[in-house]
Amino acid sequence: MHTYEPPIFELSSPGKIGAALPDAGVPETELPAHLLRDDDLAGLPEISETEVVRHFTRISQRNFCIDTGMYPLGSCTMKYNPKIHEDAARLPGFAFIHPLQAEETVQGALQLTYELQDILAEISGFDQVCLQPAAGAQGEFAGILVFRAYHLDRGDDQRDEVLCPNSAHGTNPATAAMVGFKVVEIATDSRGNVDLADLRAKVGPRTAGLMLTNPNTLGLFDEHVHEVAKIVHEAGGLMYGDGANFNAILGIVKPGDVGFDFMHYNLHKTFTTPHGGGGPGCGAVGCKDFLADYLPGPIVALKDGQYTRHTPAKSIGRLKAFKGNFGMFVRAYTYIRMLSAAGLRSVSEHAVLNANYLRVKLDKIYPVAYDRTCMHEVVLQGKIKGAPSVHTLDIAKRLIDFGFHPPTVYFPISVAESIMIEPTETESKRNLDAFIDAMKQIALEAVESPELLHAAPTTAPVRRLDEATAARRPILKYDQAAIAALLSK
Amino acid sequence: MSHYISITESERAEMLKAIGVADVADLFVDVPADLRFPTLDLPAALAEGEMARELRRLSSKNSDVLNYSCFLGAGAYNHFIPAAVDSLLRRSEFYTAYTPYQPEISQGTLQAIFEYQSLMCGLLQMDAANASHYDGATAMAEGAIMAINATRNRRKIVVAPSVHPQYRGVLRSYTQGLGVTITGDENPAASVADAAALVDNETAVFIVQSPDFLGVLHDLKPVAEQIHAAGALLLMVTNPIALGLFQTPGMVGADIAVMEGQPLGIPLSFGGPYVGVFSCTEKLLRRMAGRLVGVTTDLNGQLGYVLTLQTREQHIRREKATSNICTNQGLMALAATIYTSLMGKTGLRKVAELCYQRAHYAAKAIGQLDGYEVLEQGPFFHEFVVRCPRPVAEITQALHAQGIIGGYDVSKDYPHLGNAMLICVTEQNTKNDIDHLVAVLGG
Repeated sequence: MHTYEPPIFELSSPGKIGAALPDAGVPETELPAHLLRDDDLAGLPEISETEVVRHFTRISQRNFCIDTGMYPLGSCTMKYNPKIHEDAARLPGFAFIHPLQAEETVQGALQLTYELQDILAEISGFDQVCLQPAAGAQGEFAGILVFRAYHLDRGDDQRDEVLCPNSAHGTNPATAAMVGFKVVEIATDSRGNVDLADLRAKVGPRTAGLMLTNPNTLGLFDEHVHEVAKIVHEAGGLMYGDGANFNAILGIVKPGDVGFDFMHYNLHKTFTTPHGGGGPGCGAVGCKDFLADYLPGPIVALKDGQYTRHTPAKSIGRLKAFKGNFGMFVRAYTYIRMLSAAGLRSVSEHAVLNANYLRVKLDKIYPVAYDRTCMHEVVLQGKIKGAPSVHTLDIAKRLIDFGFHPPTVYFPISVAESIMIEPTETESKRNLDAFIDAMKQIALEAVESPELLHAAPTTAPVRRLDEATAARRPILKYDQAAIAALLSK
Repeated sequence: MSHYISITESERAEMLKAIGVADVADLFVDVPADLRFPTLDLPAALAEGEMARELRRLSSKNSDVLNYSCFLGAGAYNHFIPAAVDSLLRRSEFYTAYTPYQPEISQGTLQAIFEYQSLMCGLLQMDAANASHYDGATAMAEGAIMAINATRNRRKIVVAPSVHPQYRGVLRSYTQGLGVTITGDENPAASVADAAALVDNETAVFIVQSPDFLGVLHDLKPVAEQIHAAGALLLMVTNPIALGLFQTPGMVGADIAVMEGQPLGIPLSFGGPYVGVFSCTEKLLRRMAGRLVGVTTDLNGQLGYVLTLQTREQHIRREKATSNICTNQGLMALAATIYTSLMGKTGLRKVAELCYQRAHYAAKAIGQLDGYEVLEQGPFFHEFVVRCPRPVAEITQALHAQGIIGGYDVSKDYPHLGNAMLICVTEQNTKNDIDHLVAVLGG
């Protein structure tokens, strides 16, 4: 189906409107003339409701999404988003309450928040949870600010370094830098773990903490996590757990038990609040008792049968206005209450089962980066024997023609030509087998007719896009003349 | 096994056999044995019908703005949301997709963000905007950090006390490790001019809000001249609905402009998720934090959209990135895009007029009540401060009993105002609602 849809500005004609608004119905007050805008809102379109709905429906059809197919984007946990979550978050008592209402008028919302804090603490082995951070990256920011505050509070002001394994997600070093720390990179050993010798060489009195994703971004559970934590703790540093891959270990192990002091949860990954084309997320954080005084606020507590909010005594302060992404709390709460302990463990078991099944079915064709049992994702390499001209990008684009969203590619950056596949627990064996068949077929094509891969995709709404031109002469807002010039080239 | 999992017992056995292990537990041998498979002490699982009942029970304990008439604003606003907004947001194609890493199959998300960037630039009269920020407060903090980076050796931030108190809190949280000085808001009674007078050749940025936290509209053109003369940048915090009528950051000459996008079709939702609208001038573009969408062509010469200027970002630059921002507030930005498209030129102006007219009607009526005084602070948009005869909490409680969610108690943040309530009136408050409020306050 032809779904091309022009920029919305091209649907505009003078005099149209897409909403029915009332009359003021009150005596008129004069406007302050010197404070008015002077352009008659020239940059805004005039369109009917019918046209607006058709426009966005049509462009929506140019998206791939979980509800249309397998989306094995490694490190992103693109699992099915249950429909009851969407109804739940839209209940009037959740969607239409103001964040600054008196506590006694929002007891239900505070109770849900309180219970979710407790549930997340229990699942992860921490003492206190704060739900305020709006995304994983902001959860990391909270954690590293807490580390800083903790050390400074103890008069320990020499710690100006944060250690990050070279397999870490880019947000880890970027976060440490935002807090004002120097980033020290730690090597990975031959089995994909933190390299203990390198860690011992770099840890010391300047170490504020180590940021570790476990399972890590290679899809592996670090075999020495206890030892890593011991080394960092003995040097006076703290252990930050990046919970991006928590989906692999629900009911399998509690991060708080293996040496982590602080962790963020991605409610939009593990607890399947929808990704929304990139957000909103929620990067709730949990920690051990000795760090709880530094958490951002507010946190909900239960006192004399009433739910109340408070900010911890030595808090790093608030990280956003109001309380956090409450709409995401409702969805995650619903998910956990419906699955409970056995259901959550089954989530992780199936996530790991599915990833290992893909690993053993594909590792003969696509070299596996680390030949071990993996967790919820497997990292392969797009190096097909006899196909020197084919790269990971070509394989990814060809997968689109087979009806799959490509896996994460070229990340982790420590693995050449990496293809990071996270099938999640919600895919069926039938889909996994179809994906395996597609990957095998692509490997055959790579040798016999590599041009098919280089030309891919051919079935998507658009062909490969010229990213270099977009960056060289950026057009970042609608400009009829600039777009016409671009198209005429 | 849960109804979200699609693998049968026999398939599971077959898969384990292929992997070469006897039991699924064998996949977890890398986890320390003594800590493996802990007990999770959680409430028993609920079936969908049971869960729906439990959710309705919890939600019904809250007083919502559909059943109460709401005069509370202070940074989150009860505006009318056309049904078409949520109807489109509930399309799976939008809400179950992720960051558009593969542009060929993400054109819907990319085009929507491009249109968002364009619409926000039009509304603000700024050169570039992005959809990456969590809310108005974090957008402001990231804007301040951008200004610090852009002005090199300047490490001072001056902020007017009439900027939202929570935004100023977030600014301090965000910059606590960066060795910067924040000043200007020590005295909550200080004016914009008082604060602006502190801007000097050490100052990176002056942060000012209009309409400000207490509702007042400021003429910022002279302020901008003064700030620029000192070599500093101007960061303006504003409100998208006010922009239907009033002075824009572009007109003023702001270098950076941010606002809470929630009024543009996003429900109050107890404080989030929202979207922080972030914009700047062309000159600052390459220092911007967050994802940007640009236009290009595909192999066939067809128009298409891609993420662009990515070398600013954490996944490439790591510790040298402009921010740790990872992705965007896609779905919330989509809501704002749809809302702004539906309203368009005429609707945005009309919503702003409704807010202005009804707020002024309410202010006049309340000002005539015995014991109440509307503070004369200058021209205002849709919020104003009322000095009350009793503590605000007591009044709010009495209003609640009459089906009204009262205004915000500003006495904590601005003690010099005494017992003072910030009242917000939008197009959602009818003349009857206002008359009822006035009657209850007066009674």
